[in-house]
Amino acid sequence: MPMILNDEQNMLKDSAKDFCTNNAPIAQLRKLRDEDNADGFDRDTWKQMVELGWAGIPWKEDFGGLDFGYKGLGVVTEETGRTLTASPLYATVWVGGTAINVGGTDEQKSSLLPEVAGGSLLLALALEEGPRHNPYGIETKAEAKGGDFVINGKKTFVLDGNVADKLIVVARTSGKPGDRNGLTLFLVDRTAKGVEVTRTKMADSRNAANISLSGVTVSKDDVLGDVDKGADVLDATLDVARIGLAAELLGSAQEAYERTIEYLKERVQFGVPIGSFQGLKHRAADMFCEVELCKSVVLDALSALDEGRSAEDIAKAASLAKAKVGETFTLVSREAVQMHGGIGMTDEFDIGFFMKRAAVAEQTFGDLIFHRNRYGELEGY
Amino acid sequence: MSDAVADFRADVEDWISEALPSALQGREMGPAGNGPKRTDSDSQKWFDACYERGFTVPNWPRAYGGAELDKARHQVLREVFRAHGAPQPLGGMGVTMIGPTLLEHGNDEQKERHLPKIANGEIRWCQGYSEPSAGSDLASLRTKAEDKGDFYLVNGQKIWTSGAQYADWIFCLVRTNPDVPKHDGISFLLFSMHDPGVSVKPIVLINGTSPFCEVFFTDVKVPKRDLVGQENKGWTVAKRLLQHERSSLSGLGGGPRADEQGSLVDVARQYLGVDEQGRVADPSLRRELIDHQIRSRAFALTQRRSHEENQAGDVPTFATSIFKYYSSETRKRRYELQLRMMGTQGVGWEGDSFSDDELALTRTWLRSKSGTIAGGSTEVQLNIIAKRVLGLPD
Repeated sequence: MPMILNDEQNMLKDSAKDFCTNNAPIAQLRKLRDEDNADGFDRDTWKQMVELGWAGIPWKEDFGGLDFGYKGLGVVTEETGRTLTASPLYATVWVGGTAINVGGTDEQKSSLLPEVAGGSLLLALALEEGPRHNPYGIETKAEAKGGDFVINGKKTFVLDGNVADKLIVVARTSGKPGDRNGLTLFLVDRTAKGVEVTRTKMADSRNAANISLSGVTVSKDDVLGDVDKGADVLDATLDVARIGLAAELLGSAQEAYERTIEYLKERVQFGVPIGSFQGLKHRAADMFCEVELCKSVVLDALSALDEGRSAEDIAKAASLAKAKVGETFTLVSREAVQMHGGIGMTDEFDIGFFMKRAAVAEQTFGDLIFHRNRYGELEGY
Repeated sequence: MSDAVADFRADVEDWISEALPSALQGREMGPAGNGPKRTDSDSQKWFDACYERGFTVPNWPRAYGGAELDKARHQVLREVFRAHGAPQPLGGMGVTMIGPTLLEHGNDEQKERHLPKIANGEIRWCQGYSEPSAGSDLASLRTKAEDKGDFYLVNGQKIWTSGAQYADWIFCLVRTNPDVPKHDGISFLLFSMHDPGVSVKPIVLINGTSPFCEVFFTDVKVPKRDLVGQENKGWTVAKRLLQHERSSLSGLGGGPRADEQGSLVDVARQYLGVDEQGRVADPSLRRELIDHQIRSRAFALTQRRSHEENQAGDVPTFATSIFKYYSSETRKRRYELQLRMMGTQGVGWEGDSFSDDELALTRTWLRSKSGTIAGGSTEVQLNIIAKRVLGLPD
């Protein structure tokens, strides 16, 4: 049954919950932020996550993975969302690893995916060029020169771009910005000549970077997928990435919501707990329904990946999940601050972290407006 | 699936391809047990065929006219009905509400007397719950039943009684003790709508139809054998029945519900046109349409999840409250949206300037307003979720 977890998935989820609560709570993110940590994540914690097998969950055993499916990765990621854990799990596994898994040759997969699973290779997808998600609006150019390609352009909002060992750069080999055809994906070392990385500090304290590429030379062996047909790999990767993000945000939304409900029971004003006021009760009950709906769309989307549904069905499930969960987390995190009142406005109290995360995550790989429109187009209206 | 269940499916497939008149495929036929008696022969033929197999009440015991299907076979039956576009043969409050309640709370004599006549469509039931001053606060009801030895003497008034003008019997909440807290003095009675002292007056609604009535009781004599459960303990029975009602209102317990999804998209295309890419031409209404479709899809997936949890034995005890709230709000919004899409053609009342569908929409839009009021209003549902699920204080 696709909409419920089996025993193994439940066990994995429970152990992930324990791990995140004990080893990577929100206090860790706060500390990384306050210490202005250069990596933006805790390397020891990442090492432990890798030891638990998390970086290899979806890959086939031939490629060093556990072959445990995206539903398995999803339940783990949901728990990291509850604790707002900053780690390479998203950019490296959900996004970069998936791109290699989808578009890589057997040779690329055999050499790179075991390194991903082993935690020694960090990845980042260098896609966006403007402030709003626009996957085909690529101006960065890659020109063939002999057997090589020379890349020139600027990328922005590259998640984990400041720590990745390899970048997956989306560049244009033909056509004009906005064309789906003519895109090509390249594997580029972050330290290669001509690559300049500038970390951009975001409101959610997670890693992102601007990257400039000037005359960066790569060989044809570094192409991921086919030249000019990069959108095939990109689209499939982005849908997996959106589903993974929805899974993470489902955890964050639930946590922010549960903390708020607890607060409504504790906080006394006018001599009674504020949760006894109907003006708050009804909003709380309505949010409960929305969160329940989010659980369903995420489970369906994760199942779509593991069942190998058609690309179009996966795309619908991905846009549905990102739109619905993004919207709900936005609602819940804003209501969380409002219902916490003055204390919700303070940096000392954790609830604000959820709102900041929601705002940045909403801009990641398409916001509500983007996915609403895309869902409509995919449905034919 | 086990072999036995697969055999059952094959058997039902064979049966339905014989039994279902082709004219009824994909149609709703206004099931028996609900509203005026049916007259067309196809519907009767289909009903009889279902009744013969116990499929008017598939999960009830054979002794009461059912087929005693377990969960797996009941699900198979629903799937086969859906696949063939077969209409539900039997609806109404007999099969959806009082029947399941009697199975749990009725005594053997009551079950034997009432259930077979629900299964065969002979007796139509109505629900005597709401009163003029007991709507959302149902337990404050005042219709009184006095103990007169071997019968109760009932006096009072009910309102919003669906289908009372067609009903043969009523299940009715009455006050048997006025001197205790309100929940502790209520009893649950069954009696005939044809009894002396019962009178019915239909209420004309804002859409011009009369699905509800006022019902007046003047010295109605109800034999004590038709008290369900114990005297003054009727509230327990009443609440259980409300759960059956909510699950049928949200489309959980019943069979196939007409799919309203596709048609709203068709309405948008027809009234708003499409651009070169095939998108609905009006961007704001298109946005609202997609939001509605996303909401509906997410809700449908949640119903499926709840169903799977049920089958796996994880009973989602609070699901019914959520579903009633969410499905009625979604349906209400759907008609608001359709109204906006159709512009002036959506607000016609009568006459040749409007198509039949357009006139029907006006009435349906108005009627849809009751979905978030009846059966526990939206506000009551939210209170229930806040209290029972979230544990927020009173």
